[in-house]
Amino acid sequence: MFDTAMTLNDVMFLAQGAGMTILVTLIAVVCGTVLGIIFGVVRYQVGPVWAAPLTFFLDVFRSIPLLIQLVLTFAFIGTVMKIRISGFSVACLVLTLYTSAYCAEIVRGAIESVPPTLRRASRSLGMTWGQDMRHIVLPLATRVAFPSWIGLALSVMKDSALVYVVQVTELLKSTQILITRLQEPLFLLMICGAFYFLISFPIARIGGYLERRWSND
Amino acid sequence: MIEIENVRKSFGALEVLKGIDLTVQNGEVLTVIGGSGSGKSTLLTCINGLEPINAGTIRVDGTEVHAKSTDINKLRQKIGIVFQQWNAFPHLTVKENVMLAPRKVLKQSRAEAEAMAVRQLEHVGLGDKLDVYPTRLSGGQQQRMAIARALAMSPRYMLFDEVTSALDPQLVGEVLDTLRMLASEGMTMICVTHEMKFAREVSDRVAFFHQGVMAEIAPPDELFGSPRDPNLQQFLAATH
Repeated sequence: MFDTAMTLNDVMFLAQGAGMTILVTLIAVVCGTVLGIIFGVVRYQVGPVWAAPLTFFLDVFRSIPLLIQLVLTFAFIGTVMKIRISGFSVACLVLTLYTSAYCAEIVRGAIESVPPTLRRASRSLGMTWGQDMRHIVLPLATRVAFPSWIGLALSVMKDSALVYVVQVTELLKSTQILITRLQEPLFLLMICGAFYFLISFPIARIGGYLERRWSND
Repeated sequence: MIEIENVRKSFGALEVLKGIDLTVQNGEVLTVIGGSGSGKSTLLTCINGLEPINAGTIRVDGTEVHAKSTDINKLRQKIGIVFQQWNAFPHLTVKENVMLAPRKVLKQSRAEAEAMAVRQLEHVGLGDKLDVYPTRLSGGQQQRMAIARALAMSPRYMLFDEVTSALDPQLVGEVLDTLRMLASEGMTMICVTHEMKFAREVSDRVAFFHQGVMAEIAPPDELFGSPRDPNLQQFLAATH
C-alpha cells in the first residue's frame, strides 16, 4: 500500500490545506474566546433573566449543526443581503460565533466555581469589583476553565473541516481533491489523519504542561 | 467611632435585625454573643457594607456606610473583617495573600507591601511560612494569615465573625491568643464569638443578641455575673 503515486508537490498541497485549517482555527479560537469571555461574564453578572436573549442566541449556535450554519450564513449574506463576501470570511465568522457560544458556557461555569466567600473576603479588603475579577476570579477560574477550553480548541480544529461547504480548501478538502485524482483513499486519509494529529498533539501537550504548572498543591 | 442607629435588616420576610442601637468607641473591645440566628453575624457584614440595610444608619468615623455618595471601597480600608471561614486565596502564597490588597488598593510599592506583610505575618507567628501556599497550613494558621491580611491594610477597626467556630478545638487557642494580643494593643474590635471565657477576659463590654434584638449590653463582670434578661440567663445556663 506504500506504493503510491503521490509526489512531493501533493504533500505540499496537503500542507497548504493544513495551513488553512490552522489559520481558520486560530482566528476562530482567538476571536471566539475573547467574545466568549465577554458573553460569559455578562451572563454571570446580569443573572439568568436579563441574560435570556443572549442565552437564546448562544443556544442557537450550540444546537444547530455547524454545516447548516455555514451554508445558511453564506447564503444569507451573499444572496439575501447582497453583500459580496468570501467563503473564508464566512468560515471565520461562523466558527468564531460557534466557539464563543461554547466558550461562554465554560467561562460562566468557571466563574461560578470561585467560592463567593473568597470574593466577599477580597471585597472586604477594599478591592473593587474589577480588582476582585482581575486578581481573584480570573486566576482561579482560568484553572477550572482551562482543560475544557483546550478540549474546545481541539474540537473546533476538527470541526473546521466543515468549512469546505463555503469553498474554503482546508486539510480535508485538499485530501479529497487528491483522492479524486490519485484514487488512493486509504493512504491519503492516513496522511490527512497524521496531519490533524500533528496539529492537535502539541496543543494537548502544552495544555497538560500548563495544568501541571498551575496546580500548586 | 462606629455608630449604629435603629438598624433593621431583613432577608426576604425574615427580619434578622429589629432595630439595633449601638455605639463602639475607639479603643473599645466589644464582644457579641447570642444563639445562632440572633443576627449578630449579620450586623458585622452590615457594618462594612457587604449587606444592605432596610432602615436606620451605620456611621463609621462619621461616614454613613450605606449612603449612595459613600465610596464603600475606601471606607472598607478602615474596617478589617475576618470570617469564620478563613478564605485564603489558594493561588497565592501566604506572603502574596497579605500583600495583594496593600499593593492594589493602597498602591504600595512591592517593597513596601512586602515589608508590611512580613511584619504582620511575624506578628501573628507565621514568620516561617511566608512562601508556602495556604493549602499547606492548618486551619488555625490560615485563620491567623487572614488576620494578618486584614491588618496589613492598617484598619482602624477589626470585625471578627466567629473566627474560631470552624477550627478544631486544639487550634482555637492560637487564634484567640492573636485576638488577645490585638486587644491589648488597643485595636478597636467587635468580636462575634461563642467563646465565653474569651469574651469575659478581653471585652470592655459584652452585648447579648436574641432574635434580632440587642437584649442586654454591659461590662463582662456585670453581664456574666448578674444577667438581667431572662433569655440571657437561659443562654448562659445552656452554654456553661
